[in-house]
Amino acid sequence: MKVSYRQEGRTLTVALQGELDHHAAQGVLRGIEAAVDTRLPLRCVLDMGGVDFMDSSGLAIVLGTYRRLRELGGSLALARVPNQARRVLSAAHLDRFVSIEGGGT
Amino acid sequence: MRRPVNEIKLRFPSRSANEGFARAAVACFAAQLDPTLDELGDIKTAVSEAVTNCIVHAYPDCLGDIRMRVRIFPDGCLEIVVSDRGCGITDVEQARQPMFTTGGTERAGMGFCIMESFMDTLRVRSRPGVGTTVTMSRRLRARLSANAAPGGPSD
Repeated sequence: MKVSYRQEGRTLTVALQGELDHHAAQGVLRGIEAAVDTRLPLRCVLDMGGVDFMDSSGLAIVLGTYRRLRELGGSLALARVPNQARRVLSAAHLDRFVSIEGGGT
Repeated sequence: MRRPVNEIKLRFPSRSANEGFARAAVACFAAQLDPTLDELGDIKTAVSEAVTNCIVHAYPDCLGDIRMRVRIFPDGCLEIVVSDRGCGITDVEQARQPMFTTGGTERAGMGFCIMESFMDTLRVRSRPGVGTTVTMSRRLRARLSANAAPGGPSD
């Protein structure tokens, strides 16, 4: 799993690339939380365009990032969510409180 | 007793690197049922959850055996059995609740819910100190009448 960060003003975009399972996701949430804590964005976008596969390990990352942003008064959105990941998000009803932008693949 | 038309058995150690192997192996085997991309995605996700549970919960401090049996039945039903001889689950009902986890912040506690919503059936049998067996199935409908399940006359 490759994680890259891009900041424009108070918006932090976190691009995730690869297979988001328990094996690949170990330590990813801690990395995102550390980036959020130091950059203090008002808005964070998880760019999931490069996620080939996602299971509930991805839910933990979305949920953890959402909670951290909320604690700091920021908001979270997901962008370019592939269809498989979208099905996992909606099975867990996460799409009800995290906004999903644009169309998937 | 229904007879399967095809069957595979896998046995591998509970290394997290094998999560990807397990779901890819099941997806390759299921491909003969000509599933849709969504169906294949659902099956891979359910397998990933079951195998991750073994790695994270059944064998938290050691490596252990994970066994999988995948069978295809004549009606297009795919059955997946994932079993371990790990620590077992004290309260299966509680473990199946959404958001319940003993795995800390890196786990969402949604594994069983995902398996439940992506498969048609899910059965969890567990005994503390003995192990856990998860049996799940999903019926894959033939999309075209020409694409009958394997084992037919044209097979």
